[in-house]
Amino acid sequence: MDYVPNTEKESREMLQAIGVKSVDELFQDIPAAKKVKGLLNVSTEMSEVEVTQLLTDLGAKNANAATHAIFLGAGAYNHFTPSAVPYLAFRGEFYTAYTPYQAEVSQGTLRAIFEFQTHITELTGLEVSNASVYDGSTALGETIAGAWQVNQRKQLVISKTVHPHYREVIRTYCWSKGVEVVEVGYKDGKTDWDSLKAVVSDKTSAVMVQSPNFFGCIEEVDQAAEIAHAKGAVLVTTVTEGSSLGLLEAPGKLGADFVVGEGQGFGIPMMYGGPYLGFMATKKEYVRTLPGRLVGKTVDSEGKEGYVMTLQAREQHIRRERSVSNICTNTGLIALMATIYLSLVGRQGLQRVAQQSFQKAHYAHAQLCKIRGVQPLFNQPFYNEFALRVPDAKKASEAMMEAGIIPPLDLGAYYPELKNCLLVCCTEMNSKAQIDHLAKVLEGCR
Amino acid sequence: MSDVKLIYERSVPGRTSNHITLKVDVPLTEVKQAIPAKYLRKELGLPEVNEVDVIRHYIGLSKLNYGVDNGFYPLGSCTMKYNPKVNDAMAALPGHGLIHPMQPVEMSQGALQLMYELEKDLAEITGMARLTLQPAAGAHGELTGIMTAKKYFEHKGEGVQRNTVLEPDSSHGTNPASANMCGFKVVEVKSNKNGSVDLDDLRAKMSENVAVFMLTNPNTLGLFDPTIEEIAKIVHAKGGLMYCDGANLNANVGIVRPGDLGFDIIQLNLHKTFSTPHGGGGPGSGPVGVKSHLVPFLPKPSVEKVGEKYTLDYNKPHSIGRVKAFQGNYGILSRAYTYIKSLGREGLRKVGENAVLNANYMMARLRKHYHLAYDRVCQHEFVLSDEGMPNGVTTMDIAKRLLDYGFHSPTIYFPLIVHGAIMIEPTETESKQTLDAFIETMVRIHGEAQSNPGLVKGAPHTTFVKRLDAVKAAREPVLRWQPPGK
Repeated sequence: MDYVPNTEKESREMLQAIGVKSVDELFQDIPAAKKVKGLLNVSTEMSEVEVTQLLTDLGAKNANAATHAIFLGAGAYNHFTPSAVPYLAFRGEFYTAYTPYQAEVSQGTLRAIFEFQTHITELTGLEVSNASVYDGSTALGETIAGAWQVNQRKQLVISKTVHPHYREVIRTYCWSKGVEVVEVGYKDGKTDWDSLKAVVSDKTSAVMVQSPNFFGCIEEVDQAAEIAHAKGAVLVTTVTEGSSLGLLEAPGKLGADFVVGEGQGFGIPMMYGGPYLGFMATKKEYVRTLPGRLVGKTVDSEGKEGYVMTLQAREQHIRRERSVSNICTNTGLIALMATIYLSLVGRQGLQRVAQQSFQKAHYAHAQLCKIRGVQPLFNQPFYNEFALRVPDAKKASEAMMEAGIIPPLDLGAYYPELKNCLLVCCTEMNSKAQIDHLAKVLEGCR
Repeated sequence: MSDVKLIYERSVPGRTSNHITLKVDVPLTEVKQAIPAKYLRKELGLPEVNEVDVIRHYIGLSKLNYGVDNGFYPLGSCTMKYNPKVNDAMAALPGHGLIHPMQPVEMSQGALQLMYELEKDLAEITGMARLTLQPAAGAHGELTGIMTAKKYFEHKGEGVQRNTVLEPDSSHGTNPASANMCGFKVVEVKSNKNGSVDLDDLRAKMSENVAVFMLTNPNTLGLFDPTIEEIAKIVHAKGGLMYCDGANLNANVGIVRPGDLGFDIIQLNLHKTFSTPHGGGGPGSGPVGVKSHLVPFLPKPSVEKVGEKYTLDYNKPHSIGRVKAFQGNYGILSRAYTYIKSLGREGLRKVGENAVLNANYMMARLRKHYHLAYDRVCQHEFVLSDEGMPNGVTTMDIAKRLLDYGFHSPTIYFPLIVHGAIMIEPTETESKQTLDAFIETMVRIHGEAQSNPGLVKGAPHTTFVKRLDAVKAAREPVLRWQPPGK
């Protein structure tokens, strides 16, 4: 099956108009010896019937939210996606457009981005937002350059309670830029503020914390802000569970200078890790440090309201090697989905998602901690994730998989000191029956 | 349609959608007891609307937009080909769309198999040894590719010495930006009068301080560089690596493999060559392929097959590490996989052949009316300019007038080495009738420039808004909606 409409007759006519005899002549600049002989060693073409069967069969080999109960979060969350979200986002006018270079025929995309920017500033408590970057981890990575522009320092201090994948990305980015990374440990599930205070100095460009953190604990972002600002460093707060912003204070209101994170929690399917939605917000004074697209309001030649991409002098297509970032394609469609989701569920709906997630997680916490040999790992306020110590994490995970559950994360894989510890997550998708079942399975594998 | 509002302007206090119930099926925990008041939210300024408001609002916005599904979108360098619907349907299957990125590998065998097989197919298409599927878009792939090269040279003890990246003056803006992000100095190599790399300038600038030469082939002029083997020889002789920006791979598919031309590294743009939807600016996916000597330095984890099982391999001591959380944009990978399986080896060859046939046909007809920047056989795209247009009509005017006729504009004012560039990429999925209609419209606009230049200079006339004041937008930035009175 292919998507080439040219018939043989039309191809001949076109070759004639060009003045060549065959398509081969159009490849005259390619060294003959280097051309592909015959066809590539790729499987033969398939009909839509065949390819549908193939992908259905492959999909059947994956446990998924339709077949299993999920108690796994750790940066990706099984939230509900209302039917109206894909219905609207799949409109070809949105779906098959590209970056709104021609503003006159892109007012739909541009207005949606303007709404997205408004949603994100509302949620983060900061003044400006960009039009999205790839995901939460790369959004955090982009703030390295942003912080450098603010204070020209080359040291980052990051809490060990930040998502381990995000910290790996930070290490990779910092290595390539020649920026030093200092990790700060945790105490009872939260960033150790004394250690943080001890390492932050007038060499520190940015302090990076996450709240709720990787263990699910709510961090005292205001503490972090005080410590960072005392030494002239900026505070970057990351959020990996967007829905938490329906319940928890906006990090911008607690003193964060940059609030970045993952918007997958806004009704975006889990998709095995992407495409997700990196969001980035900051204060007005730092707007020129933001990477990627920004949409602003203006008027047309007749004075009518309209929207355009703006402040483009930050960007690679204008500034080349002097740009803020190399980002070009972002995650426009996912930003559109999140925009529609946040508009649709609205003020009350996001609060309800957060309430539901909070309540289910706290019920699960209570039920699981009743099991003999199971203990809470930390004693801290949490939102919808919490860590438990269990007698045997491997055995517990296997029993859960056997019982049709996608199990909580085994923390030992990321924190060697946390052997036999599980990170449990609940969302509005987990019913009481599922939670009770989880407790029964965990109890049964003692 | 004159009063299109923002969703915030449709908000009515107290209106809800009730997609999420208030009722909770578990015993309640008092939030205020569990979380200190300081960390609880005081206000949430999201809109309050009902589903029908939302549907009408965004359907309304969609009508102000233009996509490939609406019509011809010859945006050069962006490969705006048709996006087959089966790809989206497959990506959305619960077995692909609703899987958690951290779920155990035993529960993800289908996803890992898909990634493993996609990597194999992309390696065959590009002529590379292995690929990472982790990068999220083309520019992210560039960054990953350059990091991989940096790590390779560090490993060889040449990390400090190799501090420069060379790029032709026709390169995409992302190329120098990626090199700079990775701490390299960027030096431009001139193009010659044929639009190819100026070999003398390359020889002069190539040294043992150069890590990488980043090249797009065919380049941004749509021209295949016939001296590619000589270029690779010059770069390799000084120990440098050849980097291929795979943004223009559509011209090569099934015809020639960049790996066979001497390139050591390539990044792909699955949203271009492999037809995943552009989504109004993404998401993309930017796999990076390398020759065998660079494989140890690719990001981790990689997908491996051990016996009949698929696994994620983290044991890669020389790897640059992660460039993104999780496994990459799987929802894009599954679409590209579906596309490659649908086309098969037969369909893939048709991609390269017809992309190039369509572009040459358009170029042959349009060159009679517009100045052609480089008079050579082109590949998947070609570059016209506004040189010699009557009455001072510019590229911008032509682009805007095309909107009146129901076409999207080509890429304009890029590449920078052509003054007033008009870069046209038809792709293989457009019919001769569509190409003819566009050609005839371009000819007509040329005629209008002669007979009624005001009409062209004042375009567009039929769109929802007229030309927008970009200066005002930048000078007085309004970047979010404000409630009245704020």
